[in-house]
Amino acid sequence: MSKIGVFICHCGENISATVDCERVAQELAKVEGVECAIDYKYMCSDPGQTIIKDAIREHHLDGVVVGACSPRMHEPTFRRACAEAGLNPYLCEIANLREHCSWVHEKGDATTNKAIDLVKMLVEKVKRNKPLESIKVPITKKALVIGGGIAGIQASLDIANAGHQVILVEKDPSIGGHMSQLSETFPTLDCSQCILTPRMVEVAQHPNITLYTYAELESLEGFIGNFTAKIRLKAKSVDYKKCTGCGACMQKCPQKKIPSEFNAGLGTRTAIYVPFPQAVPNKPVIDREHCNYYKRGKCKLCETACPTGAIEWDKEDEILTEQVGAIVVTTGFNVKGTDFFPEYGYGKYKDVITGLQFERLASASGPTFGEIRRPSDGTIPKKIVFIACAGSRDPAKGIPYCSKICCMYTAKHAMLYQHKVHDGESTVFYMDIRAGGKNYEEFVRRAIEEDHVNYVRGRVARVYEKDGKLIVKGVDTLLSGEQVEIEADMVVLATAGVANCGAEVLAQKMHISYDPYHFFAEAHPKLKPVETNTAGIFLAGACQAPKDIPETVGMASGAAVKVAGLFSNNELVREPLIAVVNRMPPPVFSTCVGCFMCQTACPYNAIEREEIKGRDGKVIKTVAKVNPGLCQGCGTCVAFCRSKSIDIQGYSNEQVFAEVMSLLNQ
Amino acid sequence: MKIGFYPGCSLKGSSREYNESVIAIAKALDIELIEIKDWNCCGATAAHSMNEELSLSLPARILALAEAQGLKEVVVPCAACYNRLMVTQHELKDDTKREKVTDIIQMPYSGELKIINVLQMLESYAMDKIQEKVTKPFAHKVACYYGCLLVRPHKILQFDRVEDPQSMDSMIKLIGGTPVDWAFKTECCGAGFSVSRTDLVVRLSGNILQDAADRNAEAVIVACPMCQSNLDMRRGAINETLSKPIDIPVLFITQAIGLSLGISPKELGLERHFVTVKM
Repeated sequence: MSKIGVFICHCGENISATVDCERVAQELAKVEGVECAIDYKYMCSDPGQTIIKDAIREHHLDGVVVGACSPRMHEPTFRRACAEAGLNPYLCEIANLREHCSWVHEKGDATTNKAIDLVKMLVEKVKRNKPLESIKVPITKKALVIGGGIAGIQASLDIANAGHQVILVEKDPSIGGHMSQLSETFPTLDCSQCILTPRMVEVAQHPNITLYTYAELESLEGFIGNFTAKIRLKAKSVDYKKCTGCGACMQKCPQKKIPSEFNAGLGTRTAIYVPFPQAVPNKPVIDREHCNYYKRGKCKLCETACPTGAIEWDKEDEILTEQVGAIVVTTGFNVKGTDFFPEYGYGKYKDVITGLQFERLASASGPTFGEIRRPSDGTIPKKIVFIACAGSRDPAKGIPYCSKICCMYTAKHAMLYQHKVHDGESTVFYMDIRAGGKNYEEFVRRAIEEDHVNYVRGRVARVYEKDGKLIVKGVDTLLSGEQVEIEADMVVLATAGVANCGAEVLAQKMHISYDPYHFFAEAHPKLKPVETNTAGIFLAGACQAPKDIPETVGMASGAAVKVAGLFSNNELVREPLIAVVNRMPPPVFSTCVGCFMCQTACPYNAIEREEIKGRDGKVIKTVAKVNPGLCQGCGTCVAFCRSKSIDIQGYSNEQVFAEVMSLLNQ
Repeated sequence: MKIGFYPGCSLKGSSREYNESVIAIAKALDIELIEIKDWNCCGATAAHSMNEELSLSLPARILALAEAQGLKEVVVPCAACYNRLMVTQHELKDDTKREKVTDIIQMPYSGELKIINVLQMLESYAMDKIQEKVTKPFAHKVACYYGCLLVRPHKILQFDRVEDPQSMDSMIKLIGGTPVDWAFKTECCGAGFSVSRTDLVVRLSGNILQDAADRNAEAVIVACPMCQSNLDMRRGAINETLSKPIDIPVLFITQAIGLSLGISPKELGLERHFVTVKM
């Protein structure tokens, strides 16, 4: 005879507003096998948990059903409470009275009756629950960080400093990411490279960090604590052991007109190149797409120039296999470019540039050495217009979200311009100023009040060229409500921040989810901002949404702590709610017929073959066996099993039938 | 190839040359146009600013008539008519609105008619044929002017790029012309304010013509009777405001194509323009 305890939570008013919780408890008390039924305003609170614990001890309960919110939220809470009172935690079940009932129905008897049914079903299920033990799996204490921007650098350093091994994979020839392209940073106007490059060097020299540049994640298998990552090391065509980074090869390279990615297309580079002088590692790679030798089979001037014989023409991509326990994804973002703004003439007029290109113009390491000069003729623009929200917050453009950093960097750009061109005039067209950050609002005020940047609230409709000037047609919605036309020498678009190209493919490789804009999705927008829904994979930085540097760095450290926390255990405790194949002893009596339909069905490769041998060593039978480390408890194998020999622990056929029958037998 | 045809009031009145040129090139390109019988005014600029029910019922009657005559596809050369018909079809996807409107027009309406403008008709059915039949290449530098109604609202019309449309440009290239790169492709010409606020129309249309002239266009090419009349008929008033008069003509796309196919200027109604066409 079962002794089940039923605990109905009001969830404040979340449940009690539409469900008569008191009546649910009263009705449940009448069900056979229910020893006690109690309702309480906040069952998850300390006093609420105490009610459960006391009842377990007092009534010697052998099963608990909590009628509360989503198990996703509080299943661990209630299971822990049961365990503390000496009950096996897997003898506790949650009926979801909030999402499945109170939130989706009107107040009334029908809703209360549904709540009663939901709890009754679980009472019947819990009567058939068996005590389960959690599964322990070993952890590989090595982390993989994908992406070498500031987020990846910070996360790698934090994990490495906590004493763990880190593999940092960066797709470009150098780490540094977008931050290394920036001139000064808001709101302090300190030099971006000055605060970043020392950290880049630290990464390269850290004994716990293995750095793979010009590399990409090829595939990922396994699960938290035990991932197997395949990493493609793209052929650099230069032997880094021999190369001294002298740069003689770059000087000899005849391909000199390739648009430089680092300078956002404003400068040029050679086919054998180092992205920028402060790059880490400071050794070149050959861009095979543009190299004369790879294209036409002739040239090899770099080889002649190289004093150490480091050029390797026949080098091929290598695939490395690494075992890691956790992954931090920090692949960053991109800015929307050509053809997205036909009305602003980007791509058509040379002097309409993106914010990132302006950063390069303003940067001391940029193509103009920090002087603001027009890309078309190299003159210093005397009138400059900044257009905020270019593409962002515009559902018609398919980007309804705020790109978050543009208000601040536009203020910074206008300020840098005024500092460099004293007689220049700058105008910012904005929708609203979103300067929510420490010292941010003050920074924008400074641009307006001290540097006399002209702020006009209104959208720009069109930019076109006339007699060598760019005509910016917009509207001033704040003062006059009238259309304004400004003749400018240069226009800077604060373009929408978008997900990196290939983000979707990477997400699919790692089995993590992404939002409609291809940014990676966090597990919970408030309480799990750096976790993904795949255990052991964490996020940091702008791969999740556009972010500024402080937030990116904070998030990277957060992800690093999560990894360090995971690595602080020697074993990982996993839920035992996984598939098991019927093993009636002796094993030969198992109902499994060895058809292995389950093996083809399993998406996690968790089904293994087990041979059962007789005393003479001959194989009598081959049966399926579930690898508890790999099984995720999805149940696909159960559906495929023809002899009904597989069950999910905690969700056996018997339990599910009992639930259904409880609905029919009332 | 048989397609339904809704000329609308302007093609029968102020823009007869558009009608003539549409019919002439359709004939040359083996497209048979079947005019909707008993058609009425679409309401154009007046109805939708006065009364929503009326503005939907007028086009709905036209669409219902076309359906009743067994037409599957209708070409609507006037950009304003095209816009009103498309918007009505979109609005009547709403059941309550459809019930109300079918009650007013007292005719069944399924909403399955395919509505296309002249550019879409040529794009879908005549590009190969045009290329084949060009006898006198239209070797001129022209400004392709789309106006506001042909591509907006993009959500409903789903036609061409909304800020920088290309269909007319590619058609001009096809017949040997050179479209100029200019800034006023989709700017407003002043539209229906031609009579009530001529000063506004003069300013807006003047800006358009000025940019076309600045970029050395030999003609402005349009696909909308209202744009055409504002740029052409108001030229006198426009020129009064300018330091140097602009004499570039305004042609319908169908006239430009017609010329390239060797159709006579008279058949294309070219002599009907206010600004003389010498092309």
